[in-house]
Amino acid sequence: MFDTNELVINMGPQHPSTHGVLRVVLRLDGEKVVDADVVIGYLHRGIEKLSENRNWTQIVLLTDRMDYVAAATNNVGYCETVEKLLQIEVPRRARYVRTILCELQRIASHCLWIGTHAMDIGAMTVFLYAFRERELILDLFEEFCGARLTYNSMRIGGLPQDLPPGWDKKVLQFCDIMDSKIVEYEELLTHNRIWLERTKSIGIISGEDAIALGLSGPPLRGSGIPRDLRKDEPYAAYDEMQFDVPIGTAGDTYDRYLVRLEEFRQSLRIIRQATEGVPEGPIVGKVPRLIKPAAGETYHAIESPKGELGYFIVSDGKSTNPYRFRVRPPSFCNLQALRRLIKGHLIADVVALIGSLDVVLGEVDR
Amino acid sequence: MVDSVVIPLLKIVIVLNATLVAVTYMVLLERKVIAWAQSRLGPMRVGPYGILQPVADAVKLMIKEDITPVRADRWVFTAAPIISMVPALIVYAVIPFGPKITLFGRQVALYITDINVGLLYIVSVASVGVYGIILAGYASNSKFPLLASLRASAQLISYEVAVTLTLVSVILMSGTLSMVGIVDAQYNQHVWYIVAQPVAFVLVLIGGLAETNRAPFDLPEAEQELTGGFHTEYSGMRFALFFLAEYANMIVVSSVVTTLFLGGWLPPFPNTAALHFLYAIPSWVWFFLKSFCFLYLFIWIRATLPRYRYDQLMALGWKFLIPLAIVNLVVTGIVKVLLL
Repeated sequence: MFDTNELVINMGPQHPSTHGVLRVVLRLDGEKVVDADVVIGYLHRGIEKLSENRNWTQIVLLTDRMDYVAAATNNVGYCETVEKLLQIEVPRRARYVRTILCELQRIASHCLWIGTHAMDIGAMTVFLYAFRERELILDLFEEFCGARLTYNSMRIGGLPQDLPPGWDKKVLQFCDIMDSKIVEYEELLTHNRIWLERTKSIGIISGEDAIALGLSGPPLRGSGIPRDLRKDEPYAAYDEMQFDVPIGTAGDTYDRYLVRLEEFRQSLRIIRQATEGVPEGPIVGKVPRLIKPAAGETYHAIESPKGELGYFIVSDGKSTNPYRFRVRPPSFCNLQALRRLIKGHLIADVVALIGSLDVVLGEVDR
Repeated sequence: MVDSVVIPLLKIVIVLNATLVAVTYMVLLERKVIAWAQSRLGPMRVGPYGILQPVADAVKLMIKEDITPVRADRWVFTAAPIISMVPALIVYAVIPFGPKITLFGRQVALYITDINVGLLYIVSVASVGVYGIILAGYASNSKFPLLASLRASAQLISYEVAVTLTLVSVILMSGTLSMVGIVDAQYNQHVWYIVAQPVAFVLVLIGGLAETNRAPFDLPEAEQELTGGFHTEYSGMRFALFFLAEYANMIVVSSVVTTLFLGGWLPPFPNTAALHFLYAIPSWVWFFLKSFCFLYLFIWIRATLPRYRYDQLMALGWKFLIPLAIVNLVVTGIVKVLLL
């Protein structure tokens, strides 16, 4: 007479909380998730293949479109990889500016994350607050390179142009503003009972599992693994900066939240040091007119706001475009954990966990 | 004739219209207050400071295409918004906006009717409203709304019990179920029940939030999880009816809380002779002021708090609110018997 079935429900690709075009096919028992299928590919534009048909300088522009909320970090990662391939020395001034841009970008990206993550859990005011601060960073980027989203803010060998006059003061002003705003986010969330209940012991992942799944960035550090490429394999000017790598203990959503929140503060610390210490000097190294690296391959990874962003590039030494262009996107690798994380949780946790992994579908699909 | 037919009809027309206007402006108020909380401006385009926004909203909703999904249960789908809206409106019949006053030499009571089971009437009618939500989710024949309607029914059951149990302790204090009688009792006992029954006040407030599906208990329409919940498949005026019902219910809850705990239309410290000049302000102004505070509080809470999860909401209701309501009821009873 009665017949109980699992309810298969399709979440996405059009769903307000799948952060773009992620599709999750949930199999539910009541509201409990029995199993889930994570489907990606709705934003695939073939950036890797496209890059193999563009010359080396044009690719910077394409990298903007991967993690479109952290375009500057993508630019830096790509340019550094090509520089490694060409064995170009980048001037110290350029490396400092790259550090500042990367960290500003990290704050902007984390602003977007905290806003949407809190919004998914129902706290909508944080979203507007975080976007208010993100706006300030976009203004800084606009002043530096003219764009607000897809910056194209790097050149192979250095920077496209020098810092605008007075820019450094504005950056320091922003740091002071941001300091007080982080406190606002914390007031709304960190000790909020409902927030605690919604995030504590939700989606626990142990350190070993996190490594096995290939997680990187805040999801890995939230599980207590202190891996941060800025410390472990310093690039740009990170070897000259003082900062700590925050790690979590439990590996749940709340710890990932705390890790990212602390990263706001550490990023501000780095920005302050870098801005005050920007050395004088040239902004571009000795770059050949025609970029045509010798045959060979290289892999270089940087710590993007989402995790380890790596570029693997093969040059055949004959043409003016890469022979093979491959990206190791942190969002894609982090998304692998989603299925494991949401099993056994409720629908409401699914959106919280997608938010907690902080994926950008532009980067997942490329 | 005039007293028995014309005046009640007139009152009904006034209350209904005032309610609907209040509800539309409630929407504007919510948008404005939340905007201010979020350092935005809110609606600013339609009329000065957006005060004509409700008109624009209403026109937009009326001219929108009215879609019934092919696989929906047509009759139930149509009936659901009505079932939601009607209880929200007829509850106003027993809400006292003021005492009897003299208007043009005629005794006029500032309420439509005063029945001796007023509170019971409110509780029972208000609980009918949720059928609208349940049926909407069922009739849509769509998975997200179905989950939402299951949530709504579970939520209603757990919170209805807590609220009703709590109301019993108020009734114990006042000795009457009549809404007017409860206000009079607060006057005669020289105490607002927010002082005499603080626990009950908090319980009713939380339960009221949950019953009107307001944040942090807005699970049936959790946009981020269920893409709008029970009204996902609704468009145009049918959607508007759900929307209006929600806000009408909010006003009901704040009116009821005002009446039960804040002395209804009475000014602050109604028995203190030194403060008798407060009676110069009309009674209904006091009533609306107090209700407004609660409405503001509801909006404020929505701007501040994240949403509870389904199981946590149940746990809060059954493991915390209901036991507390029972304890409160027992303590009230004992104190009443021993001391009064």
